Amino acid sequence: MSSFPEGFPGPTYPLGANPSFADLVRQLGSESSSGDPGGSVPGGLSDRVSHGLSNRVPHGTTVLALKFADGVVMAGDRRATEGYSIADERIEKVFPADDHSAVAIAGAAGQATEIVKLFQTEIEHYEKVEGDRLSLEGKANRLAQMIRGNLPMAMQGLVVVPLFAGWDEGRSEGRIFRYDVTGGRWEEAVFHATGSGGIHARGTLKKRWKPGLDRAAAISVAVEALYDAAQEDAATGGPDLFRGVYPSVKVVDREGFHTIPDDEVRGSFEAIVEDLLASQPPVGASGAREAEEMGE
Amino acid sequence: MAFQPYVPPEQLIKDRSDYARKGIARGKSVVAVEYGEGILFLAENPSVTLHKVSEIYDRVAFAGVGKYSEFEDLRIAGIRLADLRGYSYGREDVTAKTLANAYSQALSTIFTQQMKPYEVEILVAQVGEDEAGNSLFHILFDGSVADEEGFVAMGGRSEDLSERLSASYRAGASLADALGGAVEAVSAVEDRSFEPQGLEVAVLDRTRARRKFRRLASDEVAGMVGGGGR
Repeated sequence: MSSFPEGFPGPTYPLGANPSFADLVRQLGSESSSGDPGGSVPGGLSDRVSHGLSNRVPHGTTVLALKFADGVVMAGDRRATEGYSIADERIEKVFPADDHSAVAIAGAAGQATEIVKLFQTEIEHYEKVEGDRLSLEGKANRLAQMIRGNLPMAMQGLVVVPLFAGWDEGRSEGRIFRYDVTGGRWEEAVFHATGSGGIHARGTLKKRWKPGLDRAAAISVAVEALYDAAQEDAATGGPDLFRGVYPSVKVVDREGFHTIPDDEVRGSFEAIVEDLLASQPPVGASGAREAEEMGE
Repeated sequence: MAFQPYVPPEQLIKDRSDYARKGIARGKSVVAVEYGEGILFLAENPSVTLHKVSEIYDRVAFAGVGKYSEFEDLRIAGIRLADLRGYSYGREDVTAKTLANAYSQALSTIFTQQMKPYEVEILVAQVGEDEAGNSLFHILFDGSVADEEGFVAMGGRSEDLSERLSASYRAGASLADALGGAVEAVSAVEDRSFEPQGLEVAVLDRTRARRKFRRLASDEVAGMVGGGGR
């Protein structure tokens, strides 16, 4: 039925009810020209302004996902940057999309959290209207369309690049999807990392990832990859033992979405540091110190 | 414009009401009962996929009796309104009261302005932090709203059902007791026993995390009412 009771929002649809919340928001947005997530800035920003804009809003940085024996681990550092300064040391970049999937974001933080919120509502809305869960494939495609919808904003400098991972109930396995700024969607076989430190995290993941990792080992690989990325990339924050800031680590398996508590992440990080100390004595002296010592 | 004979408004309203009531009386009943930890919904419904009771939002559920296509329209409209509200304001700002008002307005407009009224009765229920925080809004085909307490019966045999429920209802009962009482009332009124497969049972359970709505599988129902209803 496409006739809707008066006073209720209802987008038209060829037959039956449209289960998309994003379509509903877009339609209302074009009617009332308010609240249009993923729309463009009216008139468009000039190049000069948009360059400034991308440096003046917080940007989230490194996020990664990897498969293990029972599902997927998804993790992100906690730093957001504005140009060359640190905007936030405790930002959250990995979110539950629903009970059985997670979405992580790199890029313009404000735009990204808005897309995540819309995506979460989209999945829940579909589930309630249809009475069935959306398939993992369906969720991945929907996210691709939303990222494509953000293209006008991406052209202005507000780029959002997510990672999506979840438990595929039909196939009984964890799956990972990565995206590009135009809404291109690719499935990853084992792991992926994106954001400014993503390239460094991928190096660690490549060396450390093995088939059939257990949960604890997979969490350790994720933490080590983020630690390595933080050492190479100024925009990626490392663990801060003093102030208790640790990467956010999430696991999605058959039972659903779980947040790994900070204590467990800290334990994993401390074990990595211990292993490093055991295998190689610390390289204490810097070049300057050596020169000084030689002069004595 | 074509010539229309004069029909007194009293007659018009009466005709429409009779028409809607007849439609509703043909359908099966739905019962909602408050229990210690939330609100229980029970519907006589042989289908496992076409529901009479469903989730609208975190704490809000919907139940409908009468013509399926019409209450399904209302259900989807309600989900849209709730999700839109929760998205643009906050999740806790979505309440049964908002929805009941919107439904009331919509049904009232349909009743007076459309060719035929909707042949439906609906219930919008919200589970609160405690029993005092629960709300049950019973909305009729003409848009009139009743704010109920304890239990609600809708559909063809609603009066008999209400009588039975008022005898068996106890505030703060366990889920099993509330379900037993509701199943007994429905089977007594319909004068036959029900297999758990023929019942649709759902709860708004305040002990659950964010989304309070949950459907009970038929083996769970069987475990609680001990098989055959009566």
